[in-house]
Amino acid sequence: MSALIEIDNLTKRFDSFTAVDDLSLSVDRGEVLGFLGPNGAGKSTTMKMVTGFLEPTSGAVHIAGHNMATSPVLAKRHLGYLPEGAPSYGDMTPKAFLEFVARVRGFDGEQRRRRVDQAADQCELGKVLTQPIDTLSKGFRRRVGLAQAIIHQPEVLILDEPTDGLDPNQKRHVRRLISDMAASTAIIVSTHILEEVDAVCSRAVIVNRGRIVLDDTPRNLLARATDFGSLTLVTDAALAHDACGAIASLTEVQGVNARIGRDGAVRLEISSAAGKDATPAVAALFREKNWPVHELRTNDGSLDSVFWAATEGPSEAAGVALDTGESAANG
Amino acid sequence: MANILIIAERELRGYFATPLAYVFLVIFLVANGAFGFFLGGFFDNGQANLTPFFSFHPWLYLLLIPAISMRLWAEERKSGTIELLMTLPISTIEAVLGKFFAAWLFAGVALVLTAPMWLTVNYLGDPDNGVILAGYVASFLTAGAFLAIGGCLSAATRNQVIAFILTAAVAFLFTMGGSELVLSTVQPWAPTWVVEAVRAFGVLEHYERMMKGVIDLRSLVYFTSLIVVWLMASAVVIGVKKAD
Repeated sequence: MSALIEIDNLTKRFDSFTAVDDLSLSVDRGEVLGFLGPNGAGKSTTMKMVTGFLEPTSGAVHIAGHNMATSPVLAKRHLGYLPEGAPSYGDMTPKAFLEFVARVRGFDGEQRRRRVDQAADQCELGKVLTQPIDTLSKGFRRRVGLAQAIIHQPEVLILDEPTDGLDPNQKRHVRRLISDMAASTAIIVSTHILEEVDAVCSRAVIVNRGRIVLDDTPRNLLARATDFGSLTLVTDAALAHDACGAIASLTEVQGVNARIGRDGAVRLEISSAAGKDATPAVAALFREKNWPVHELRTNDGSLDSVFWAATEGPSEAAGVALDTGESAANG
Repeated sequence: MANILIIAERELRGYFATPLAYVFLVIFLVANGAFGFFLGGFFDNGQANLTPFFSFHPWLYLLLIPAISMRLWAEERKSGTIELLMTLPISTIEAVLGKFFAAWLFAGVALVLTAPMWLTVNYLGDPDNGVILAGYVASFLTAGAFLAIGGCLSAATRNQVIAFILTAAVAFLFTMGGSELVLSTVQPWAPTWVVEAVRAFGVLEHYERMMKGVIDLRSLVYFTSLIVVWLMASAVVIGVKKAD
């Protein structure tokens, strides 16, 4: 059986500009795929094709087994979509708008009322249900768009920047909503916020210039960060010279950088040698020499640096990443 | 089919959610009265019929119909709701028909509200109500044709003002299709069959015949095909331009 979202060799050209270039991807039930990339990388264009709004130049999209090009209405029935900017009919109230969407989705009478109530409840729209959408804040409008997307409990959910414009509490709420739906749904979330990927996604895909450059779990992506697994150790500034020499001579250590702070302490950034963890050796060294350790921690690496390396960084990093992307797509 | 109704209903509610509907209805009724009584010489006419009213309708529609049709798609494109609408499980043609029927029904409501005219003329004299009915049908069909044109041009732009002006201009050409004004600009250079085609395009010719009570099949086919062709064109234009 094929996955709920099957994207095969999707390409979109606008005149001479290729927005999406031979992109393949499959997302199945239970997966939350974080779709990342710089502005103009082709994220929104891809989502517009996956949801059937744009027709691809070539390639195919299958939603729950239905081909978007040949049976669009069937495919769209299985799909919930929050377009970029969460557009909705401003002169309607959220209640009327959700009822409209529920009717188009084929719900009537009691069932329709229940769906509207449930979606409004899930997105916490209770207070504003009868105010015109035009008069609502950006956060509420985004939630109206989200409610509209989940009203029919779709098997496939495509969210284009669902947390844009929300305050931190609302963001947390939307992320919980996504996590709650994840078990029974295939979800694609595009975002600019890297921490969000770590918070809600089971898989992260970075696109650049219309191609997938990285496709992995957020954890594994972090492991690619240049600062992943490095150590930060803070000790007395007076020891800086000796400590640097001793640490650098350890076989588990690849390099060390010292930065003297104003508080009379020195901050040592230690990178482990390939495939090794320098932490025990460094800790043992300091115990043996009886040097004070004010702080010792292992860095997790940041998605920011992975993102940068994959989309703008040195070409070799992108090259390595590209290989992984392709093997993941083939696999 | 159900989807067409749902979309039409939403659209129609949209008209009444803003002052647009009320402004339109008031202007239409006032202009109708003013044209009919003063310019049309309803009383001087000395006859119990509604010809003075109906003869102004195409001209009134040239101004007022683009005001309804300009928002049909241009607004959806501008606000981005078109992306929402076109990713719901409905076909493009259902969306086109839903919106068109909403606008046409609204024009129908405006026409129904002119009923006091009909009552007056029946009170004052003994008109041929069959002819009056034919006039209403002609007026309604003309409104539908202009709305179909306007809907298509509205789909072609996200700017409502441009949609308005284009619709008024194209509807004017169709209205005047059979007139000397248009024919004389075509005649000098175009082959005869083009001139004949332009002549046959004239809304006014069919309209005036129907207004006099002559509903022949040709006129009905003319209006129906005008509407169908422009609606099909709308669907094509939306397919091409929706994402621009």
